[in-house]
Amino acid sequence: MASATPVDDEATLVAQLRAGDEAAFEQVVRAYGGRLLAVARRIVGTEEDARDVVQDAFMNAFKSLDRFEGNAKLSTWLHRIVVNAALMRLRTRKRKPEQSIESMLPSFLDDGHHEERFQSWDEPVDKLMERAENRALVRQQIDALPEGYRTVLVLRDIEGLDTEETAKVLGLSVNATKIRLHRARQALRTLLAPHFRSAAS
Amino acid sequence: MKCRELADFLMDYVSGELPQESRAHFEFHLTKCKNCHEYLVQYEVTIRAGKVACDEMSDEIGNIPEELVKAVMAARTKV
Repeated sequence: MASATPVDDEATLVAQLRAGDEAAFEQVVRAYGGRLLAVARRIVGTEEDARDVVQDAFMNAFKSLDRFEGNAKLSTWLHRIVVNAALMRLRTRKRKPEQSIESMLPSFLDDGHHEERFQSWDEPVDKLMERAENRALVRQQIDALPEGYRTVLVLRDIEGLDTEETAKVLGLSVNATKIRLHRARQALRTLLAPHFRSAAS
Repeated sequence: MKCRELADFLMDYVSGELPQESRAHFEFHLTKCKNCHEYLVQYEVTIRAGKVACDEMSDEIGNIPEELVKAVMAARTKV
């Protein structure tokens, strides 16, 4: 693994990139590549596709440096390019057979009550998420969601696309997108519950 | 409103899109049903936890594998 070298002076770096400085390109790849790989992995779900996406994204970025506006942040600009490249990959690759999410959704008794008694999660969310191990756990559980649900959750709740945009890039109806998002959140809650409830802490 | 319907309406409730009348029924149910209240809290925590865990500036920022650096740099020289 290459270490992620922080970038102190973005303006100088961008100038070097525009001048075609090879070392500057490598510095950008090392500084931002790991983060961009994580973003791609979350959307496309497999390491192999994620690596292809990152490679495509860097190529696109390097070719369109003249379109980079100096007042934007390089990291933000690259992030957007990677998200677009990942979405392109989702659209073009063959769909995997849909995994079921039913077992991760709440079940109800005949009278309409929840079957489960939900044990409270002791700590407030900001406290929970202060710990690196919990942040890693949440990322792991997002990855464990069935693909067709994970992508909707990632695009809506993490990448911040709106419902219409998400529906469009995934080729779903707006209604189906909403249903998927709701189920994905409920499934993620189910996956997190054994780790976050107070008895376990 | 039953717990089952409340679970269906959760998303619209947290995004503020639940129509006024359903909202009143929803909130009335919450005052009586501790279990649904807890479920709502956890649903909201889950959304927030996902955002924080995947925050760009958060710690996952793994390093990029050396072979990917090489592949990107090699592809660049071909452009």
